[in-house]
Amino acid sequence: MKFILKVILIASLSYLAELFFPWWSVVFCAFLVGGILPTKGFNDFLAGFLGVGLLWLIFALLIDLDSDSLLAQRIAPVLQMSNALVVTSVTGLLGALAGGFGALSGSQLRRIFMEDPPKPGYFG
Amino acid sequence: MKVFKFLLSFIITIALTVALSIRIGSIPPLGNFLDPFHGFWQNALNEDDSILQTVTLEGLQAPVTIKYDSLMIPHIFAEHEEDLYMVQGYVTAANRLWQMEFVTHVAAGRVSEIVGERALSFDRLQRRKGLGTGAEEALKAWEQDSVTRRVINAYARGVNAYIQTLDYASLPVEYKLLDYTPEPWTPLKSVLLLKYLSNDLTYGDVDLENTNTLQLLGQERFDFLFPTYLPDYDPVIPKGTPWNFKPIAIDSPQVGFINQALLPGESPLRSNPDNGSNNWAVAGSKTRSGKPILANDPHLGLNLPSIWYLVQLHGPGVNVFGATVPGAPNVIIGFNDSIAWGMTNARRDVTDWYKIDFANSENTEYRFDKINLKTQKRVEEIRVRDEEVFYDTVVYTHHGPVVYDEHFPADTVNNNHRGFALKWVAHETSMEGLTFYKLNRAKNYKDYQQALKHYVCPAQNFAFASAHGDIAMWVQGKFPVKWNGQGKFMLDGSRADHEWQAYIPFDQNVHVVNPGRGYVSSANQVPVDSAYPYYVYDDTYEHYRNRRINNRLSQMRNITPKDMMSLQNDNYNLKASEILPLMLDSLDLAQFNESQQKAYERLRKWNYQNNAGQLSPVFFNLWWEKFMALLWDEFDQGEVRLRRPDSEVTVHVMRQFPNDPFIDNQKTTAVESLTDLIRESFAQAIHESDDWEESHEEELNWGNFKATHVDHLLKLNSFSRANIQTGGGSGIVNATKSDHGPSWRMIVEMGSPVKAWGVYPGGQSGNPGSPFYDNMIERWSEGQYFDMWLLQSESDKPEKMMSTQRLFPSN
Repeated sequence: MKFILKVILIASLSYLAELFFPWWSVVFCAFLVGGILPTKGFNDFLAGFLGVGLLWLIFALLIDLDSDSLLAQRIAPVLQMSNALVVTSVTGLLGALAGGFGALSGSQLRRIFMEDPPKPGYFG
Repeated sequence: MKVFKFLLSFIITIALTVALSIRIGSIPPLGNFLDPFHGFWQNALNEDDSILQTVTLEGLQAPVTIKYDSLMIPHIFAEHEEDLYMVQGYVTAANRLWQMEFVTHVAAGRVSEIVGERALSFDRLQRRKGLGTGAEEALKAWEQDSVTRRVINAYARGVNAYIQTLDYASLPVEYKLLDYTPEPWTPLKSVLLLKYLSNDLTYGDVDLENTNTLQLLGQERFDFLFPTYLPDYDPVIPKGTPWNFKPIAIDSPQVGFINQALLPGESPLRSNPDNGSNNWAVAGSKTRSGKPILANDPHLGLNLPSIWYLVQLHGPGVNVFGATVPGAPNVIIGFNDSIAWGMTNARRDVTDWYKIDFANSENTEYRFDKINLKTQKRVEEIRVRDEEVFYDTVVYTHHGPVVYDEHFPADTVNNNHRGFALKWVAHETSMEGLTFYKLNRAKNYKDYQQALKHYVCPAQNFAFASAHGDIAMWVQGKFPVKWNGQGKFMLDGSRADHEWQAYIPFDQNVHVVNPGRGYVSSANQVPVDSAYPYYVYDDTYEHYRNRRINNRLSQMRNITPKDMMSLQNDNYNLKASEILPLMLDSLDLAQFNESQQKAYERLRKWNYQNNAGQLSPVFFNLWWEKFMALLWDEFDQGEVRLRRPDSEVTVHVMRQFPNDPFIDNQKTTAVESLTDLIRESFAQAIHESDDWEESHEEELNWGNFKATHVDHLLKLNSFSRANIQTGGGSGIVNATKSDHGPSWRMIVEMGSPVKAWGVYPGGQSGNPGSPFYDNMIERWSEGQYFDMWLLQSESDKPEKMMSTQRLFPSN
């Protein structure tokens, strides 16, 4: 539950940040949320990966549908990609990687100063 | 351990973020570029996005309204003149900013700033030609005229107002791709655009090739192979038009060229001989409506974004519609309620080369008329992306800049390469801006004539038609008075009698008003017959389109606009009709293989139409190409550049002089006759066509063979349109070649109200992510047109309008 909350928080904060700041603000948002909301192990990375990745993927998809892939299919060969779908997927993947590493770094920083979250069920 | 883990992931994060924020090679910064909130995705539009929003513009005096029709053509309504031009600048930039700026960088020799070292030698040539200095001089003249100054400054303010609204998300996609940003617009850039057109249309000639060819052949043979007038020529101004003025007399020298050994090495590239156009106007006596009709189709390189942008400008004292050049104010080719005008390139040799005899090795002085004159040096600072600044010193003589010397095109110690100075009308100060300002407002023939007085370069054949019923043609530009043969060959820069001595006065320029034949026309042919008292020369005069147009126009009666559309799209191959029968008669039918037999039968039945689906034009084209190569083999001499005779002269020689000594192929020991060459080239051509389908994996026909394409200025395939099926070709009225052709087709009927039709191979938006980027190409390729609307008021023809945009002054 907390993991899903974290993904949603990273995505919404990133969305808001992108209204005012350049693309790299998503890295900062993932870092921030990663540092505040503790998760475990691989989920640290995955929360940022999914949060920013899904945000970028969904928005790219919406624009692509809305514009009938007109521009994306023209851009694809310029970037040595085969079609608009690849451009859309790479967009999602790049956002995901940037978000994932941002969130992971935030979590790692938190670990230096705080204990790991208690194991599930410890408090019942 | 925790610290180490953090540092590791933190460093990876930073490295990734940085890597995605910088350009690597030709790959744009991918984080910026792919971000759906700011990157290229933001340039992806659909038709609804063309509904535009209200804008506040600082500097407007009163609100301005723009009506957009279904082609996204803006119809601008302004109460103040400066508002009108400011909004023209604003709306043009909103659709074409990247293109406008890129083209001015091309003109100014600044492409290296954007694409790096691979454009360096191009930039050096642009600067050495003196285009930039020419533009700076011209701007001084423009600034001194209060009207022109107001107009270009208002236009620049509009462009800058648009640039100021931009952030990364709203930048045109080419900026994102190449990772740079626009700089502020200046009036100088508008002048540079005009110089760019001069460059496109008048730079380059064959003076060096002529000089070498003359030395090899002698005067008599040279004149035989390179005549200005062929027996069946048909000039712009009807033959026999009288000239009742006293011409300016000039002194002619004994020897009109550099009489020395063959000149090896670099030559200015010949300006694209395809740069041509058609225009004509027919008088009311020949039309069904009784009103004059004007037609124009300028042939230029086919590019996206298109070279033209359509607008209507409605303001105090003006209501005009037509094609504009993005980056320059006013309509360039168009019409208003009273007049219509169209332009074709008026070929005339306004580019001459002077061999400079430097007096010392530092090139600080050169010999002229028994004394030494001092040179001036201008250091060109060329910024090269990702590299150090390149400094190029250009030597200026009183003739003009020394384009070619020991440092350009490459460092050399060969003295023969040293010192070719360029004398070019494009270097002169000029006021072309005022011509268009006045044409836009012209009411009658007199206004049109007054407007043309300011026009210098590139010289144009200005066709004219008015609602009063007048038609006219002025061949307008600034033309030097030349002695016979001056500038046909390399000139001697040390001799005073080789200089240009005077210019032809405006009222002595070639023109005709309301000729008896009921029409005027031009298609880049020789302007006038030899009775005109001034020397006229160019290395490429059209010989087919003009005769075909005049044949048709002289026969036509009760002309309708539809007839004019079919004439603009006429695919009749006049050259083939004049020479193909002779060529077919020379073949030996008994020796044919199967495919030769088939091709022969097809060509025999050909109706001489270069239609896209036909095969015959392919055979004829290949055959002609092979034949020319075999016939003029003497002119391919590698190091020493020679001029090869043109098609029309070849046809003339074949018909009138079939035993000319040139006909023998020099590479063989046997002596070939014309018949031998025709047979051999036929076999070569058919052999090549046999292999074509296999190597190209598509059906062989004229459309596929010609493969007309409209390329994006950056030559990105996916931003371009390839293999457009169209007929036509070189020397054909529908002059659509592979990458060159009718860049704007316009027909105007001067009735009340005036009616117009037009189409161009592109679209109003320069954005490859917009449906309006290339939406007119289909109709253009089919020879179809769109209605063009000259609105009388904001509320006129609401059913034809798509959206309204209002622009308000700030505060």
